[in-house]
Amino acid sequence: MTLTEKILARASGKAHVAPGDNVWVNVDILMTHDVCGPGTIGVFKREFGKTAKVWDKSKVVIIPDHYIFTADSMSNRNVDILRDFVNEQELPYFYDVIDDPNGHWHFDASRGQLKKQYGSHFTGVCHTTLPWKGHTRPGEILFGTDSHTCMAGAFNQFATGIGNTDAGFILGTGKLLIKVPETMRFYLEGEMSPGVMAKDVILHVIGDIGFDGATYRAMQWEGLGVHTMSMDDRMTIANMAIEAGGKNGIFPYDEKTGDYVRDRVRENGTKSEFEPVEVDAEQSFIYDKTFDLSKLEPTVAMHPDPGNRELAKNLGDVKLDRAYIGSCTGGKTSDFLAFAEVIRGKSVKIDTFGVPATTKVVAELKETQWDGKSVWDILEGAGVRMTENASCAACLGGPVDTFGRMNTPMNCISATNRNFPGRMGHKESRVFLASPYTVAASALTGHITDPREFVS
Amino acid sequence: MSHTLTSKVFVVHDNIDTDQIIPAQYLTLVPTISEEYEKLGSYALIGLPDDKYPVDLVEPGRTKTDYQIVIAGRNFGCGSSREHAPIALGAAGVQAVVAESFARIFFRNCVATGELYPYDSNERLCDIVKTGDEATLDFDHDTLTVNGQTYPLKPLGEVRPVIDAGGIFNYARKSGMIPAQS
Ligand code: SF4
Repeated sequence: MTLTEKILARASGKAHVAPGDNVWVNVDILMTHDVCGPGTIGVFKREFGKTAKVWDKSKVVIIPDHYIFTADSMSNRNVDILRDFVNEQELPYFYDVIDDPNGHWHFDASRGQLKKQYGSHFTGVCHTTLPWKGHTRPGEILFGTDSHTCMAGAFNQFATGIGNTDAGFILGTGKLLIKVPETMRFYLEGEMSPGVMAKDVILHVIGDIGFDGATYRAMQWEGLGVHTMSMDDRMTIANMAIEAGGKNGIFPYDEKTGDYVRDRVRENGTKSEFEPVEVDAEQSFIYDKTFDLSKLEPTVAMHPDPGNRELAKNLGDVKLDRAYIGSCTGGKTSDFLAFAEVIRGKSVKIDTFGVPATTKVVAELKETQWDGKSVWDILEGAGVRMTENASCAACLGGPVDTFGRMNTPMNCISATNRNFPGRMGHKESRVFLASPYTVAASALTGHITDPREFVS
Repeated sequence: MSHTLTSKVFVVHDNIDTDQIIPAQYLTLVPTISEEYEKLGSYALIGLPDDKYPVDLVEPGRTKTDYQIVIAGRNFGCGSSREHAPIALGAAGVQAVVAESFARIFFRNCVATGELYPYDSNERLCDIVKTGDEATLDFDHDTLTVNGQTYPLKPLGEVRPVIDAGGIFNYARKSGMIPAQS
């Protein structure tokens, strides 16, 4: 069996499953956020009754992260709906914006977008919070009301996005009926050359198989190339399985996975036992291809879809109005450090927005010193508009006052993961997806730029 | 439910993602609150680029559409997992989407909510049919008839009874998987 099949077999109490089988799986973690949480809670109450209790308090994780730093009153209300539910159900894992459990969230626009407006529990983007706070474990089943839930596949688990109705069902029962997907294998050999990042790998692959090339399928990553990658790199790749239509992305377990997960569960006191799934000698794939990482070059997904691939070096004539670094995919500390490597000592030429994925990324960028200056200050000094308000921000547009949102038609190069029309705001704006290196190099020149000119 | 549906069709092309079906700024609306459900309907497909789609699915100022069947190309509903997408279409009065292919989560959300019938077509109908053409969808024979031609659709199979029942909860209760509501 493939990694995905092994996990689904275990979670459904079966010795063997095959693609196409419909199985009821036991859920290890259900995650929801401010955009889909209120609707999920609504479904749960409508279907199980006003006084119903969730199936297992320790398995529900609620992370407000999407529309937080906006004066939109409906958005602020939605965070309050989450808090009310958490109080009523006594849920232990809620990363609230404010510290007062009986308070109301209200964003104060007069204080601006850059300075932090959150309490001590707030974390930021859900998919980056889950591993940090010790909620991702090898061999487990994670569902989330968000399509990029597949990011946790980096940790050798089955993770995928679902809608409110399915999530409401899980809240009441702890189970979900799912179809076992076919598995596609992506076998990575060699090492990435300087200037190339994990983001280029996934953009290359999606360009190869097409924006719907993995529809209903699992994307399994194997090969020596995988083991040379950091957990952050694996997260970037697993995150974008959905951009090829994939049901999930999944990585093998190795020492890096084990160390990362053990540190996080210890730090947070979350469940510490886990049982990874190993790669079987006998697996059947619907697609199997080897990629030589050393041959990859900085890659861009052009407007209007993530499969519209071109090499950065061929896009020099695309003029840009804006650059953006942030999101679950591209807003991790390692992403900002790569970005800062290129930006350091220079000035950006176009409006450039930096949105750390989590509050921990904010802290790490302020702590990391290069030549006696923090990386945060280096970026600000280069003209990057850095906000302490870690969240999804303009990655998905959001309310009109969202930081970095495009409210007029313009061209933006972005370290995020999705570029369908209107994704980052105005429906006539155009988004080009690229690695943090490429976004940085392009921010310096004002047109799409191969970062190898700047990275040695 | 009647076994055939006759309506004008609304035609879109490939990769209509959830941001075009219901743009992110409207996700503050909570679908289980009934006034907000109606509002979601009024915004269905409002994210389509105006130059390519001069006609609106739902006329400004209204909450219901004249087009109960949407015809689409490949990968309809790709992008986010937001259930607001099938719900917005369903709330607007769309009953079926006939597409060359669907994105996985959208398809699943159609079934889970029972809002819409997501039919796969064998043919690329979005190149043959125009917005405003009148079509008849035959749920018993899995066909779409439009402009005098009858096109076979892929039968919905095991998900059909779930949508007929009005979504997974009704279906699960009917089949005894979860207890009936008290
Ligand atoms: S950062 Fe973007 S892709 Fe990630 S969860 Fe938020 S909106 Fe989704």
